[in-house]
Amino acid sequence: MGIPLVIALYIFVLAIFVGFEVITKVPPTLHTPLMSGANAISGITIIGAMVVVGPRDANLAVALGFTALVLATINVVGGFMVTDRMLQMFRRRPGEGA
Amino acid sequence: MAVFEGINLVIQYVYLASAVLFIFGIKLLGSPATARRGNFLAALGMFIAIVATLVNEEVLNYEMIAIGIAIGAVIGAVLARTIKMTAMPQMVAIFNGVGGGASAVIAVSEFVRIWDGDISVEGHVKLTIMLGVLIGFVTLTGSLIAFAKLQDLMTTRPVTYPLQNIVSGLMFLAIVGMIVYLVGFEFNIYVFYALVALSLILGIQLVIPIGGADMPVVISLLNSYSGVAAAAAGFALGNLALIVSGALVGAAGLILTNIMTKAMNRSLANVVFGAFGAVTAGGPVAVETRTARSVGAEDAAVMLAYARSVIFVPGYGLAVAQAQHQVRELADLLEGKGVRVKYAIHPVAGRMPGHMNVLLAEANVPYDELYDLDEINDDFRNTDVAVVIGANDVTNPAARDQPDSPVYGMPILNVDQAQHVIVLKRSMSPGFAGIDNDLFFKDNTRMLFGDARRSVTSLVSEVKGL
Repeated sequence: MGIPLVIALYIFVLAIFVGFEVITKVPPTLHTPLMSGANAISGITIIGAMVVVGPRDANLAVALGFTALVLATINVVGGFMVTDRMLQMFRRRPGEGA
Repeated sequence: MAVFEGINLVIQYVYLASAVLFIFGIKLLGSPATARRGNFLAALGMFIAIVATLVNEEVLNYEMIAIGIAIGAVIGAVLARTIKMTAMPQMVAIFNGVGGGASAVIAVSEFVRIWDGDISVEGHVKLTIMLGVLIGFVTLTGSLIAFAKLQDLMTTRPVTYPLQNIVSGLMFLAIVGMIVYLVGFEFNIYVFYALVALSLILGIQLVIPIGGADMPVVISLLNSYSGVAAAAAGFALGNLALIVSGALVGAAGLILTNIMTKAMNRSLANVVFGAFGAVTAGGPVAVETRTARSVGAEDAAVMLAYARSVIFVPGYGLAVAQAQHQVRELADLLEGKGVRVKYAIHPVAGRMPGHMNVLLAEANVPYDELYDLDEINDDFRNTDVAVVIGANDVTNPAARDQPDSPVYGMPILNVDQAQHVIVLKRSMSPGFAGIDNDLFFKDNTRMLFGDARRSVTSLVSEVKGL
């Protein structure tokens, strides 16, 4: 998949600006869940790892891709689950359901 | 230009949809009421990106992918389910580390593929592979050190040696040199190995001089790195989904780092260039001649129960003693007696940004009773009693009015302006800045010595007895 570098850079820079806009609106109360949620999103490398593992021939690159796949999955699954666990606890009033 | 065709074009549209879900997910994190839905949307975005990738023409090795995902999912789920909320900073550090590690290993794997196949690639692909290796491995080992410090597996104090910053600088220059050589001149596998090794060491080198109290900054900075590493992997693989998500995470980490450094009155440059170890070293501690007044639980309970308004100021000491449930019980009792209760949260209270809020949320403290620095600072002067629990430097008035103090300029909670202040603390020992807190010697301050959990427990029983 060859995308021209300049397009990729455009997208990268614009995504940073979008990120700044939405993230600055997150209140301090939610900074820890924001961080662990963002962290889970960085586990998107999982799809990179899947592509690298892709070829059927076992070689060093595929073995490395497999390692990356396991690591990225820990990041994704653990990150989203732990964020959900934290967010479940935030309640407006005691006694109200989550 | 037909870059994407057929099935690959469809995959790109799905990636676009998942990027939109990530952005909406973060947007919904803007309020505690919608945050859980936001997290779910982001997870959904990840899920559809994974499913779309499975139909990629290059992906054939389904057994291996299934096994890898199964192993990772079990490990991640067990960690996420069993971790204590007080240990959340370590957990995030570990997830950061494995995320950065994954990006780095992908970059290595790309290098190996190009090397083995003797494939010629464009300069920017080579460059992003090298950057992915550098940033990813620094994130990995740096996060592991942060984990070790937070988990008390190694000293939480700064580990320093002479010329440390110069060594870091030289290592960094060597790394830049290697990257220039690998990208501009020759793809040499030995230089590449050296780059991997030096990047791993640099991560350790950058985090060991940082003390436990500075961990909020380190964790958010490493979080930012893990995003940048993911984006670098995206450039190397030509994958837009990685580039967009990496940029989002990189921005999130940078913003939080900026908030943390402001809350500690440091500059971002000061943090990025690794000078933090030096800043925490205060001057020689002057011999204290003033005396602080102590108070017993009984008298403190009377002060609280007959107050009209009370502000709790929880700090790191509370987290260590895990006294959040007792504090919440005390607050409930006081509210039952008609006392107006609020909680004042300093941005660097706890060990990562917003950590204190999570701990209080775990103890069922309603989030609309939690106020951050700007919201509550004007309220202290109209408050009868401020209760400081294990927060030290963030309440030191010297930050406001003593220009020669090491903490001068750091935004603090104006606890000293309350009618009365009760400080719960083990001893008179100074906080991480290594200086005395003038607050303890003020006329309106009383010290309640002892372990925070035990002190609050006795306050609870005293208030019940009134």
